[in-house]
Amino acid sequence: MMKKRHEMKVLSVETIAKETVEMKLYQPEVSQQTVPGQFLHLLVPGFTLRRPISIAKVDRQEGTVTILFKIVGGGTKALAAYQPGMTVDALGPNGNGFSIDDVSEGGRVLLIGGGIGIPPIYHLAKRLSEKNVELVAVLGFQSKDYVFYEEAFKKIAETYVVTNDGSYGHQGFVTHVFPEVGAFDQYFSCGPLPMLRAVTTELQDSKGKVSLEERMGCGVGACMACVLPTVDNSYKKICSDGPVFSAQEVIL
Amino acid sequence: MNLEVKLPGLTLKNPIMPASGCFGFGKEYSEFYDLSRLGAIIMKAATQFERFGNPTPRVAETSSGMLNAIGLQNPGVERIIANEVPRLAEYDTSIIANVAGSSLEEYIFVARAFNETNDVNALELNISCPNVKEGGIQFGTDPDMAKKVTAAVKEASNLPVYVKLSPNVTNIAEMAKAVEEAGADGLSMINTLTGMKLHLPTGKPLIANQTGGLSGPAIKPIAIRMIYEVRQQVSIPIIGMGGISTAEDVLEFLQAGADAVAVGTANFQNPFACVDIIDALPETLIKYQYTSVQDVIERRGAVV
Repeated sequence: MMKKRHEMKVLSVETIAKETVEMKLYQPEVSQQTVPGQFLHLLVPGFTLRRPISIAKVDRQEGTVTILFKIVGGGTKALAAYQPGMTVDALGPNGNGFSIDDVSEGGRVLLIGGGIGIPPIYHLAKRLSEKNVELVAVLGFQSKDYVFYEEAFKKIAETYVVTNDGSYGHQGFVTHVFPEVGAFDQYFSCGPLPMLRAVTTELQDSKGKVSLEERMGCGVGACMACVLPTVDNSYKKICSDGPVFSAQEVIL
Repeated sequence: MNLEVKLPGLTLKNPIMPASGCFGFGKEYSEFYDLSRLGAIIMKAATQFERFGNPTPRVAETSSGMLNAIGLQNPGVERIIANEVPRLAEYDTSIIANVAGSSLEEYIFVARAFNETNDVNALELNISCPNVKEGGIQFGTDPDMAKKVTAAVKEASNLPVYVKLSPNVTNIAEMAKAVEEAGADGLSMINTLTGMKLHLPTGKPLIANQTGGLSGPAIKPIAIRMIYEVRQQVSIPIIGMGGISTAEDVLEFLQAGADAVAVGTANFQNPFACVDIIDALPETLIKYQYTSVQDVIERRGAVV
């Protein structure tokens, strides 16, 4: 089957934390296909490049996909101004998501999300919660104003919130609470590159998967804008080979 | 409507082809539509050895355009011939290989390598990549150097050679005349314009390479002006490019002096850009009282 451009209908738009917007979109086909860790590549009229936006949840029954993004510039600001009833031009779901085939029943999984890297981790947590798996989540934010999804995580995971300035939860970086989380079988992480570097260094002896973000051109693997070196002296394309990689496979 | 165009080495069913570097080797876009619909495909640049390109970030958005500094990342000409060309040859379309290098010897090596396959129809000689530091751009800014590399590649290759010109020069017509004299079969223009964007929080260039090549609708008027100028001074065909995203843009390029066109950045915004343009072209030509693509090319004589 050929890939398409999708017209996704906006059902709701909500600012759920500082500069953080949750948008629910209706498009049954995309909803059916999406797995945790994949992203949508959205066209915002007036802007040359599409925006890679992460997916926080899907509801296949109602045919919806919920995306979450931070307002960082003109494009995301324009997207945040969309009203229910309008449609968004989307490519996707793009990329390869988190593989959870190797998460065994009865196991314990550590989830680490930072800022706008938290939505795919939440989608993954929801999926894992359907399995008999014990979940521990460490969520990092800049400050109290940016905190979101804490309650939702608490329903399905033992949850630690960390803020850089200590205005809420633990103070510091996500890695600071690692001594408290106990043993786990593997970890999954998504967030800014400095955080992923710290996480993979701290947890270098553990099995883990990381999801990366990068400025993208085409978003489908053709333009070579978002590449990442790998340990075998080669490279991977974040948009199409990733965005999820084994922590042992890539050089951050 | 007849959209066919005949150029040295190329019989194109329509004048639309994806531009080099904006379409990889076609694989990703073949998941969106049948590549046989395209007039031709210009492959991503080939160098003698594999290149990993520049550090990231490699792209930045600008008003009506984007900057890129990929740095000619490619698997090397031998692997392109072994793995990419045969896959593209399955489609009913022409294949143009983009030849890059940082020395005369490398250009000759790569051009010669494409003699080994029967599936490549023409070469696009890339003397205009602004994003590699080792000299590629020198060939594109100095008329004598451009002449030299064109003549050398013409001698090395069995294929027609379209020389891709850089807009980062004072006098583009002088460059065009130089490569025409050296035996170029055609021109391809324009490559990207060198630009820069700063990251406000740090005050440093946003692209790791610092500078990048500007593409997209922002550069279209420059491309049109340059093609218009060059058309009056050279007689070899021109593959025009620079910010094309609609069938109207294609008509404007043809009127300015192009004989076929390439679509680049528009593919990123709309993966169907090339086929959407092909579908819209007949209606656009009719709207402006043309009967075919060839009709536009023949009638523009009156303009220039």
